[in-house]
Amino acid sequence: MAQIVGGVGTTHVPSIGNAIAKGLQHDPYWKPFFDGFSVAHDWLAQVKPDVAVVFYNDHGLNFFLDKIPTFAVGAAAEYRNSDEGWGIPVSRPFPGDAAFSWHIIEALVADEFDVTMCQEMLVDHAFTIPLALLWPGADNRPVRTIPIAVNTVQHPLPSPARCYKFGQAVGRAIESYQQGLKVLVVGTGGLSHQLDGKRAGFINKEFDLWCLDRLVGDPAALARCSTREIIEEAGTQGVELLNWIAMRGALTGRVTKRHSNYHVPISNTASGLLVLENHVQAELRKAG
Amino acid sequence: MKQDIQGTIMFDGAQAQKGLALNKMCFSFNDADNRAAFLRDEAAYCEKYGLTPAQRAAVARRNVLDMIEAGGNVYYLAKLAGIFGLNVQDIGAQQTGMSVEAFKAKLLAAGR
Repeated sequence: MAQIVGGVGTTHVPSIGNAIAKGLQHDPYWKPFFDGFSVAHDWLAQVKPDVAVVFYNDHGLNFFLDKIPTFAVGAAAEYRNSDEGWGIPVSRPFPGDAAFSWHIIEALVADEFDVTMCQEMLVDHAFTIPLALLWPGADNRPVRTIPIAVNTVQHPLPSPARCYKFGQAVGRAIESYQQGLKVLVVGTGGLSHQLDGKRAGFINKEFDLWCLDRLVGDPAALARCSTREIIEEAGTQGVELLNWIAMRGALTGRVTKRHSNYHVPISNTASGLLVLENHVQAELRKAG
Repeated sequence: MKQDIQGTIMFDGAQAQKGLALNKMCFSFNDADNRAAFLRDEAAYCEKYGLTPAQRAAVARRNVLDMIEAGGNVYYLAKLAGIFGLNVQDIGAQQTGMSVEAFKAKLLAAGR
């Protein structure tokens, strides 16, 4: 059976792509952000996941506002990035796992989550940058990937509670797969930031740190927030936190924190990193 | 959803409906040829996408708050801003009436 080894939440700010391309990891502006990933690299080298399931939001690369799915699951052998119009480098394609994707889709629909199914799906910076941060190197593709796009753009958005339940359903779907795969779940975006309106530049450190804490031990408390509350506390784009809530929902075992990092600002954004371990086997052994 | 968070316009159905032409034009800027076509003849490009007079005026004046008022979504508007070489600090400064340096200082201060 597939096993969920853990979850990672990380910021996906586009300018990170430029910083990587220009080799600015040790630049004073960027260093406190990039340094946060070394613990994640060591942990990933140790647990060696086979597949990464990535909850992210599309920013107008694959989906336009003419048709916006609430939850969309990729089911392709490969996922391509493309020009997003704002000058960040285009990534090489990422390998998929179409058979596993279809299993997840079947399981989700059986579980009453009627997702949009995508055999062709361009993945934007919200997918490519987190993977580049976790596995640095332009050609580094150690995992197969399954992108899951969550609508965090066009209101009405799925509620935090719905995203948490969706994540739980994805977790059940992963664990019911008959292949002995190790799976990492990733949630991208946030933390607090607002790009638009007179409140542009809004950042809320206190709320972000509360979220990072709740995501470890009490995600249900976060899931009880309304969308409006999250936007008020984290900004209009801080609502990308929904991807992190879905990620946390997918961790069905006993969850412990391996590492976290928080640094303000990266571009207009409070950056966050959270590495969570999911102890399923230990719990099963105890139960048995 | 109530639009009662100060300085914030929720991108809801009404905004999306109002902004469709503007956002559709910005979506086209994923293609470098379209960005070049816009730069060659901005008025003709806006005409081709059927922008409303308010949207055209906002684009002509490079006024982000007006674009948002006219239904623009910031993820799409960022593609337009990129054509002018403006990043999110530049448009943040414009929307808040601050200098770019003051806006960046505000972001730095938020981390302390």
